[in-house]
Amino acid sequence: MTEHSTVTGGRTGELVAFRVAEQDFCIDIMSVREIRGWTETTVLPHAQDYVKGVINLRGAVVPVIDLSARLGLGRLEPGPRHVIIITMIGQRLVGLLADVVSDILSVPEDTVQPVPDIASESARAFVSGVITTGERMIRQIDLARILPEDRPEAA
Amino acid sequence: MTLRVLAIDDSRTIRSLLDAALSDAGFEVHLAEDGRQGLDRLAETDPHVVITDINMPVLDGFGFIEAARRDHPDRPVPILVLTTESSPALKDRARRAGATGWIVKPFDEARLIGAIERVAVV
Amino acid sequence: MSGTDLREVFFQECEDLLEALQDGLRQMDTPDHDPETVHAVFRAVHSIKGGAGAFGLDALVDFAHRFETAMDRVRAGDLAADPEVMHVFHRAGDHLADLVVLTRTGKQAGRAGDARLLAEIDALAGPPEESAEGLDFQPLALDLGPLPGLPASPEGAADTGLDAGPDTGPDTGPDAGLDAGPRTALGAASPLPDSLTDTPADPPTDPPAPPGATRWRIAFAPTAALYTAGNDPALLFRALERLGPLRVEADATALPPLAALDPMAPCLHWRLELTTDAPADEIAAVFEFVEGLCGLEITADSAETDAATDMAAGPEHGPEHGPEHGPEHGPEHGGGEAAPAGADPRGALSPAPATAPADPASPGNSPANNTAHNTAGSEDAARAPRSSAAASDAAPAPQPTIRVNLDRVDRLINLVGELVIKEAMLSQSIARLGLPPESGMTTGLDGLKQLAGEIQEGVMAIRAQPVKSMFQRMFRIVREAAEATGKQVRLEVQGDQTEVDKTVIERLVDPLTHMIRNAVDHGLEDPDTRLAAGKPAQGRVVLSAAHRSGRVMIEVSDDGAGVNRDKVRALAETRGLIPPGADLSASEIDNLLFLPGFSSKDTVSALSGRGVGLDVVKSEIHALGGRVTIASTPGAGTTFSVSLPLTLAVLEGMVVEVAGQTMVIPITAIQETLQPGTATVHPLGSGERVLISRGAPVPLIDLGATLGYRAAPAALDDHVLVVLQVDAGRRCAVVVDRIHDQRQVVIKSLESNYGRVEGVAAATILGDGRIALIIDPDEIVARGGGRLPGDLSLAAMG
Repeated sequence: MTEHSTVTGGRTGELVAFRVAEQDFCIDIMSVREIRGWTETTVLPHAQDYVKGVINLRGAVVPVIDLSARLGLGRLEPGPRHVIIITMIGQRLVGLLADVVSDILSVPEDTVQPVPDIASESARAFVSGVITTGERMIRQIDLARILPEDRPEAA
Repeated sequence: MTLRVLAIDDSRTIRSLLDAALSDAGFEVHLAEDGRQGLDRLAETDPHVVITDINMPVLDGFGFIEAARRDHPDRPVPILVLTTESSPALKDRARRAGATGWIVKPFDEARLIGAIERVAVV
Repeated sequence: MSGTDLREVFFQECEDLLEALQDGLRQMDTPDHDPETVHAVFRAVHSIKGGAGAFGLDALVDFAHRFETAMDRVRAGDLAADPEVMHVFHRAGDHLADLVVLTRTGKQAGRAGDARLLAEIDALAGPPEESAEGLDFQPLALDLGPLPGLPASPEGAADTGLDAGPDTGPDTGPDAGLDAGPRTALGAASPLPDSLTDTPADPPTDPPAPPGATRWRIAFAPTAALYTAGNDPALLFRALERLGPLRVEADATALPPLAALDPMAPCLHWRLELTTDAPADEIAAVFEFVEGLCGLEITADSAETDAATDMAAGPEHGPEHGPEHGPEHGPEHGGGEAAPAGADPRGALSPAPATAPADPASPGNSPANNTAHNTAGSEDAARAPRSSAAASDAAPAPQPTIRVNLDRVDRLINLVGELVIKEAMLSQSIARLGLPPESGMTTGLDGLKQLAGEIQEGVMAIRAQPVKSMFQRMFRIVREAAEATGKQVRLEVQGDQTEVDKTVIERLVDPLTHMIRNAVDHGLEDPDTRLAAGKPAQGRVVLSAAHRSGRVMIEVSDDGAGVNRDKVRALAETRGLIPPGADLSASEIDNLLFLPGFSSKDTVSALSGRGVGLDVVKSEIHALGGRVTIASTPGAGTTFSVSLPLTLAVLEGMVVEVAGQTMVIPITAIQETLQPGTATVHPLGSGERVLISRGAPVPLIDLGATLGYRAAPAALDDHVLVVLQVDAGRRCAVVVDRIHDQRQVVIKSLESNYGRVEGVAAATILGDGRIALIIDPDEIVARGGGRLPGDLSLAAMG
């Protein structure tokens, strides 16, 4: 959140960029509710390995997703320096576990490029586009796909 | 001077309608849910005009009018009866109780204000 | 308030009115009901009609009017409320409720109802012209007929504008009339721009008549009654003036000498001259309110003098209608007063001169109405504002209420939940400081804790409502079920004031409907069978609610034949639900009815379908955190018992630790807790274990393993065993690591942001701010039972 990179031209959207497993990712700032430090989660029974559990966010029970595990980049062992990005996905509040939030980008929409074919299956499953600024390549996450698809319904 | 109107009806709907219509017309509106409450409000608010329903629990419209007339013989406040029936018998009954006039439901705002104008200085 | 809001006010009121209607109709079913009940029913229908009329909801108006007309005949004593009549009224009440719903949802296409019901209602209503009060419902403001020989106009005089007059208060009305009289008499005649001032501004010449206008001569002689009724000649003149130029002349010839002047006796006659193109009925309309209170003669001053009309009808206008008011008027001023007055010492404060002996037929059934109507006859009561409070205290009159958006209440509940958690967190931090117990901080904290608890209780109570509205719906279900099955059924309701969380009530309607239908359809025998068994032909279904140890118990019992256990067992065996010859207790057999797909009836009933979905009832009640059991006595009947939490927002739970996770077990599911040292545990098969609890084997499972947190520990030392019991005696013992304490926890949804988790009912937030999961005992027991071989009945019932 230190620099403020701006690329001009076209419609501009603001994106929150963060790092997970040495890679740069971003999501639309409109879906971000807040960013908070890591807190211990309550583990959910029978949950997928990328569901770290649930935390108390001012009285709401919010699940936390380990993005690294979700993207197939290995499970993250969270510590005090990690952050949870609280996002609104549809009607659900979901926390995304990340290494660090790097900055907020103002990016014209037309600079978002399709995901290159060479990307792995798991990467392509959750990344809706890539943005290059300078040397960096930032992957835009498709939030709708982050949640477990086969959440067990009412038994 | 703002005209004070006391509206008495046990139906929340009709009270709301009266309140809306009378307030729109610039009157100061007081509401009561039955004749008994109406008598209390009558004493408290000293209205210029009273509009009352007939069929009410606790104390009906006739009872209200009779009590109001008896309690304030020197000060006959105009009392309009709200009624869904326009039969002569009912009007006669209202008249005998001491009603000043009547408004047949359903009423529109013009009709309501028109009736008030005929019994009070607006 | 917008029109839509007002409409919503109407429909909300309709809900209350329909409830009062249903209540009243049921009271009318009893032979010695309070006569006031009929009035209350009439008023409910009447108010629906009135409100519907205001919004132009014609179908509703039409049906309510028919219903009201029939009800009015009962009120007038022309029609006896015998069972057949009441049957029609009940159906009419149901239909009215349907119409309200249809109208509210905009589905009503303007049809008033099915022809059969309409015909029956109309038959009860009798021919329209015979209706007691001439209930000719005409949405017209003015109904004075047009004067003979003159064109009628639909326009009323009412909606014309009015220029501002002098600011006479209403209390000056009659005085103004009296004052004005002599002075105007001195001034002979004066036009009335400034009304009753004595300025003889214009010479008494005839105003020029505009073309097409008619000059009317009006002779007007007010009686004293005109003034005492609150009418004011000045206002009438002003209204006339709006129609055209008016000349007013006072005739003081009847004026006695000043010394003999009775201030209340009007002595003035008025001669008016109005020039207007307004039709005659518009002029007559001005005098509508004073018709009969004055001598009035309106004459067209032209060739059409035959248009004159004499409206000097006496105040005894329509005396033939007089006696017909008797039935309505009578009870309102009649007996019954002594009962409520005696019941409440403050009620006795209103000394009613018209006191009549208490009506023995109405022993305080409806003291509110009795008291109320009678105090109409008491001047003292009418004058004293206190007496109204006394009257309402003496009666179970509805408390004043406000309607609040549920979202606001829920927000408040959430916030209070937060407060309680914060308070707990604070307590923990302070406890760590190790302050002496008498320190200011500790006592302050205790006070805070108590306050927070009370606030929480109070806020929870906001959501609570009596189960009455839900129970009321069941009368209709019973009526319809009885009609469909040809059975005779009486529904009795007990404890309908029992309060339960609104959400619980809403979600209980469907299962309760199921159980009620089941009781009529499957529980009760047909009349012949009943008679043969020595029972009355009419079956009885009792629906009751009561608070019991922090939960609400709802029971549906019938006096039918009871569960046919041989048949149930045979069916369950045929369907492979239990092994042939399984050793089942009577209660276990009864509870087989809750098995999915089970049907105790050979034939599929058109009413409730196969098996009535009792398995669905069970799962719906489970979803509410409730339990349902069935008990039956052969030949005497069946009882369904539903035990529910009072609210979905809090739960009494035991806080335990399992595999490093803090969890909550609902206290209602815990039968006992045991230390392994004192418990008898037997290995069974490959690694399974059973605990002998209360003389019976109970499957033993590790909670941590069941939830996937760990592998089951081999040794049970240093652990605690918690025996869970859910419906129908199904039990299971779970191993936990430690029991922390027992406390009330605020239930938080896990599903709103995540989803359902097997074995977990919900979540809560503990004192340290962390989330703890609340286990779902039913699912845990189902798991444990499923692992225990050889006890198929238990497995099948999961």
